[in-house]
Amino acid sequence: MFPTKLAPLQGSNFAPEVDALFYIITALTVFFTVGVMAVVIFFAIKYRAGSKADRSRPQNENLFIEIAWSVPPLILGLVIFAWGSVLFVKMRRPPQNALEIFVIGKQWMWHIQHPNGVREMNELHVPSGVPIKLTMISQDVIHAFYVPQFRTQFMVVPGRYTYEWFEPTKPGKYYLFCAMHCGAGHSEMGGYVYVMPPKDYQTWLAHGGSTPSNEHPTLVQQGQELYTQLSCSNCHKEQDTERAPSLYGIYNKTAKTDKGDMLVTDDYLREAIVNPYDKIVAGYTNTMPEYKRVTQTEPGLTEEQLRSLVEYVKSLSSSATPSGLTPGAVSPAASGGPVAVNAVATQKPGGVSAVAAGGVR
Amino acid sequence: MSTKAISQEETSHIAERKNYLNNGSSISSWLLTFDHKRIAFMYLISISFFFLIGAIAAGIVRLELVSPNGVMLENETFNKMFSAHGITMVFFFLVPSIPATLGNFLLPIMVGARDLAFPRMNLLSWYLYVIAGILLLLAVFMGGVDTGWTFYTPFSSLYSKTQVTLAVSAAFLAGFSSILTGINFIVTVHKMRCPGMTWDRLPLFVWAMYATSLIMILGTPVVAITLLLVAFERVFSIGVFSPELGGDPVLFQHMFWFYSHPAVYIMVLPGMGVISEIMAAFSRKRVFGYHFVAYSSLAIAALGFIVWGHHMFVSSQSMYQGIVFSLVSFLVAVPSAIKVFNWTATMYKGNIDLSTPMLYALGFLGLFVIGGLTGLYLACIGTDVHLTGTYFVVAHFHFVMVGGSVTAFLGGLHFWWPKMFGRMYPEFWGKMAALITFVGFIVTFMPQFILGFLGMPRRYHLYYFAGAEFQPYHIMSTAGSSVLAVGLLMPALYLTWSLKYGEPASRNPFHAVGLEWTTQSPPPTENFDTPPVVTWEAYDYGEMEAHEAHLDEAELEEGGEAKKEVEKL
Repeated sequence: MFPTKLAPLQGSNFAPEVDALFYIITALTVFFTVGVMAVVIFFAIKYRAGSKADRSRPQNENLFIEIAWSVPPLILGLVIFAWGSVLFVKMRRPPQNALEIFVIGKQWMWHIQHPNGVREMNELHVPSGVPIKLTMISQDVIHAFYVPQFRTQFMVVPGRYTYEWFEPTKPGKYYLFCAMHCGAGHSEMGGYVYVMPPKDYQTWLAHGGSTPSNEHPTLVQQGQELYTQLSCSNCHKEQDTERAPSLYGIYNKTAKTDKGDMLVTDDYLREAIVNPYDKIVAGYTNTMPEYKRVTQTEPGLTEEQLRSLVEYVKSLSSSATPSGLTPGAVSPAASGGPVAVNAVATQKPGGVSAVAAGGVR
Repeated sequence: MSTKAISQEETSHIAERKNYLNNGSSISSWLLTFDHKRIAFMYLISISFFFLIGAIAAGIVRLELVSPNGVMLENETFNKMFSAHGITMVFFFLVPSIPATLGNFLLPIMVGARDLAFPRMNLLSWYLYVIAGILLLLAVFMGGVDTGWTFYTPFSSLYSKTQVTLAVSAAFLAGFSSILTGINFIVTVHKMRCPGMTWDRLPLFVWAMYATSLIMILGTPVVAITLLLVAFERVFSIGVFSPELGGDPVLFQHMFWFYSHPAVYIMVLPGMGVISEIMAAFSRKRVFGYHFVAYSSLAIAALGFIVWGHHMFVSSQSMYQGIVFSLVSFLVAVPSAIKVFNWTATMYKGNIDLSTPMLYALGFLGLFVIGGLTGLYLACIGTDVHLTGTYFVVAHFHFVMVGGSVTAFLGGLHFWWPKMFGRMYPEFWGKMAALITFVGFIVTFMPQFILGFLGMPRRYHLYYFAGAEFQPYHIMSTAGSSVLAVGLLMPALYLTWSLKYGEPASRNPFHAVGLEWTTQSPPPTENFDTPPVVTWEAYDYGEMEAHEAHLDEAELEEGGEAKKEVEKL
């Protein structure tokens, strides 16, 4: 019954520094609160009405005193600001070799996809000692992916990808919460993050996750299948750019559009599928059908499907495709797919992620 | 019994004197009045009513959180409860609390005017408030709202199945009520000051009201249009905030916090004004650093407009934007610190009287310092990532809003109660209430800081994922809230009691300096029997001795008469 815990466990690379900053601000808070209250109580007693304290020559205004008590707190504040900002920049700059895992928030569950196709629900399995980058998107309202023991949190927004990263330091079971009010099931939209030794994680991943199955196509393979199903390849060919621009090698390059030059990012690719008329690549007209995202009332592509399409298009940029093959043929899958699986399966601590292994940049 | 009471009242000195309270007793003399004092009284009753509703909702929320699996509510009902609590407390209590009651009553008197600049507009603002309140009650009775007071899109605009449209309309109208109050105050301060009342002689309460009014007229229209757009998206499917209609969900947060962060200062600046008055009166000394306290109000109002992004560090706004907002948030802490230090210095070499209003003021000081400093954790972008959206935030803003604004409101209400209603409240109970409120508050909200640090997200109905860690703190908090409830209920009872049975108050029961203390209690409808001329500086407690002696003489005569008459009975 008695509170046993005053501070959360430190489960990630950020936790010690966030806590250090936290305790320093706590020290300042206690110092100033106790200081002000001590002076107030001292004055209240010494100068209580009727006391014989010396009240001669009271002062009413003094510029020097005002400066003297404004500047030190300001400097302290700026120091904390600077430290906090440096820490934040670290939090917002995932290392190049981070292992990328995809998170999709929906009312009221977390859907997680590992690049090799393993899926989980309201649970996240990660290896310890490896930087993890979560690329996140919501299919409905705004959520926030919050792991308090990692001291990390970021909002999961509909319509655009957001990310957060951390490096779990100790194997164990940690809380996972949705920290942005999202409706009736908000408080139950959570679960646990399982941090495993890298070896165990690889075994877990190779066996298809927590609910093993023999069939788990990689995200790239799923995307490729969808690409064929939706007949994207009818227009988007590798070399014949008569009806639509080629999607080969465009990721992380600049696209010339009617809205100016745009960097082709995950968000750009996703937007080009659900809302193709927003920006049109120079030299083309809006002949592409809109592949709407699924909504409350209307059917459409799920965020999982969109993610797999984006991953597939990204794989087209990374693979050394033999010329002459049309997209949708076996080649990209053979090159993109297995590479991704391979990269994760042979993951070393601090090793390379699927995407990085694919050779992007 | 009743005949005795009537006869007592008839012969009472108070009732005989003509004042704003006995100048007409018909319903229309109240509902159609242009008298700022009567409107302030009507506001006081209305905001107390909404405070009661908000407090009941808070009590239910606290009770529900005693167990990790809930006690009696469905998830949906719980969400409606905290939303009702937030919406009523923010839009219907905190924003209008001090400005519309104490400000409405005192501002014209403090500057020596007969009324506000636009008395009809003042009445209109009350009617807007009441209509808004009725809309809100309608929303509650038609099923409630479950979005929280922040109405984040696209949950509010497309996904919530509750009465969001009614609720945002209510907040929209309430916003216009405060815009009208703001315009009225600004024009009054500029144009209605009596001879001799220079800007340098304005009481700091008036300076605070002035700064508050600036925020009201500059910020409120933005939230008004934002809420209207939410309603448009909801009703007509006009895409503004929802990506599936081509909008941007984070845009809402920018527009909402552009008002709602300055709104925090709408809620706390008036409280700071009240504290300046009380500190001076009960230290019997001029407020230390008058100009710094006055200008820091304006600095807070100005800087307050460029810190809104600190609510959005993890919302997907740009990293650089976040860093700039963090910097400005640290800067805005400085004027607040200046105020605290100046209030403390005011006590130095004073003659400190620890009466009820002063106890509230000292309570304010302690709680506001904690509330302000815990803001640093949230302004610091590195720690905010962990703490945002948790109970740490809840605890922080309750320290500022309840520990600050509500404590200041109660302090001010006690301070000016004799002036407003001509009756003294029982001092013993006043002191007890101030102490109980302080203790109850600390016990309620201190554990929530730890809860937040441990990672308990706000707006959580169930917390069984981490029940063992969180539950003890929730139980402490709920226990504290029952003490807090007692502390808040007491003034409601004894102040109401004092309206009839309290000792008649003299013109200046606390021997304070200020124009409001030179007129009778309660003031006549015209505020002053003869138009005042100010010849002394603000808080001129030293120089005022002679002046006060003169006033005391006048008082003695009146008081003597009153006493004689009371003795006769």
